[in-house]
Amino acid sequence: MNKLELQKTANEVRKGIVTAVHSAKAGHPGGSLSAADLFTYLYFQEMNIDPKEPKKADRDRFVLSKGHTAPGLYSTLAQRGYFPTEDLKTLRHLGSYLQGHPDMKHIPGVDMSSGSLGQGISAAVGMALSAKMDGADYRVYTLLGDGEIQEGQVWEASMFAGFRKLDNLVVIVDNNGLQIDGSIEDVCSPYPIDKKFEAFNFHVINVADGNDFDQLEAAFKEARETKGMPTAIIMKTVKGKGVSFMENEAGWHGKAPNDAEYEIAMADLEKAGEALCQK
Amino acid sequence: MSEVKKIATRESYGNALVELGKKYDNLVVLDADLAGATKTGTFQKAFPERHIDCGIAECDMMGIAAGMSTTGKVPFASTFAMFAAGRAYEQVRNSIGYPHLNVKIGATHAGISVGEDGATHQCNEDMALMRTIPGMVILNPSDDVEAKAAVEAAYQHEGPVYLRFGRLAVPVINDKPDYKFVIGKGIVLREGKDVTIFATGLCVSETLAAADKLAADGIDAKVVNIHTIKPLDEELVVKAAKETGKVVTVEEHSVIGGLGGAVAEVLSEKAPTKMLRIGINDVFGESGPAVKLLEKYGIDANGIYAKVKAFV
Repeated sequence: MNKLELQKTANEVRKGIVTAVHSAKAGHPGGSLSAADLFTYLYFQEMNIDPKEPKKADRDRFVLSKGHTAPGLYSTLAQRGYFPTEDLKTLRHLGSYLQGHPDMKHIPGVDMSSGSLGQGISAAVGMALSAKMDGADYRVYTLLGDGEIQEGQVWEASMFAGFRKLDNLVVIVDNNGLQIDGSIEDVCSPYPIDKKFEAFNFHVINVADGNDFDQLEAAFKEARETKGMPTAIIMKTVKGKGVSFMENEAGWHGKAPNDAEYEIAMADLEKAGEALCQK
Repeated sequence: MSEVKKIATRESYGNALVELGKKYDNLVVLDADLAGATKTGTFQKAFPERHIDCGIAECDMMGIAAGMSTTGKVPFASTFAMFAAGRAYEQVRNSIGYPHLNVKIGATHAGISVGEDGATHQCNEDMALMRTIPGMVILNPSDDVEAKAAVEAAYQHEGPVYLRFGRLAVPVINDKPDYKFVIGKGIVLREGKDVTIFATGLCVSETLAAADKLAADGIDAKVVNIHTIKPLDEELVVKAAKETGKVVTVEEHSVIGGLGGAVAEVLSEKAPTKMLRIGINDVFGESGPAVKLLEKYGIDANGIYAKVKAFV
């Protein structure tokens, strides 16, 4: 996919996020939207996957360690063809397979159940270690929140990954700067994030704008070329990206838009979509 | 009387892993800096490339095991019961239990027979914690023979299994040609009509000794070895309770939530029976030699004998 196609796809992913969360009357739009471009890049450009064979043994793996942004992952999987986009409206509904947090047992394309913060990265490390032991060449990607890295388990897993030189592992930190209680700097600052991962023997790539596909492409290319150590991509993003009233607002971490807000949000995204079509 | 052979079930665990490792390439063993104590060091020597020391990071170890299991490996994640079931409870619940992954948890140093290390390391709550996780199988073998059989059964079982092992050397009691280990099936070791004593883990041999003393006093006790705490052999529990009319449970674990709790839950619903739970009575342990602790907390043969005699 070229950049414009990726942008258009990400815009559709954003519509799916807003629609799903609105229909659920609950969920986490802010961090889903900030990572929408990353999700799109991984599933449409970077990863070796096949929606027709979600369990293929040699596929690349993705673990959504910040599991509460499931709407972002689900919307991307739906766009990629793992299940119908129509099903996104059943998010969090009783009886739906689209659980509030990723459920590998019931959702095609979900490689690991997650949601309790700090745990997904360990599972991703386990998958990467398996690949090394088996001489398999699949790669493992995991996305963490910048608030999530306050969990100690993240650093247990990072210490292990660095020590074991898991260069088939890419840890991505969605540095949107906000967590539920406010700014990450006010709650319990994790900065400097890059220095921490460097100290844990990662190759660190700082991405100034994680909502820009050129910068994502350059980062993942560099990660792929990095040998002998795992890569951490620290990407600055805008929480709530693409929806005017949600951008950079901590209040939209875990809240659904009401009907009126939903209309505004979708109008924002329709407009963005039209602008992309003009290009 | 000839000397009874004794071996700690943690030793059996390490030995069984080596045997299984020869047969199955996808078996891997994880440790958290306790390979020497959990006895998986023997596996490490035999298969260094399949032994992964995660360092002192039990929560991470459970997650790594979960991730490895999604790629087709069968990880045995090993540490002390305190850290496996206690510290890493939520990782076991959410990363292993919820997705029902094929991870085996080898928990050694369970119960007060840890001895001198004292209360911080004497886990008397692990079976209670693990019982609350849907789909978790809990095996608590009584001796070397049973422990090895349990490890093999755990490997063959698809889904999470919690295996409970001890530090203290215990008598070999199941070295019989007709011995058979089936997950979820209790084993009647002695028939009796006055009372049924359900025992588990190292308390099984102590209970058999207690039953001999009770017999000398004219009390005819049926003794059942419950090696699988979950799923509990409900059919056998109800049948034996109806036959003898009185039931005792014996375990090196809190009387809350373990074997006693499980049996009480079943009987109160299906066959209300007068019952006595013998175990750790909702207190923390303390430092001391293991055998002295078993005596002090009343779960050695003499303690069991006295309590059952008073109960019957």
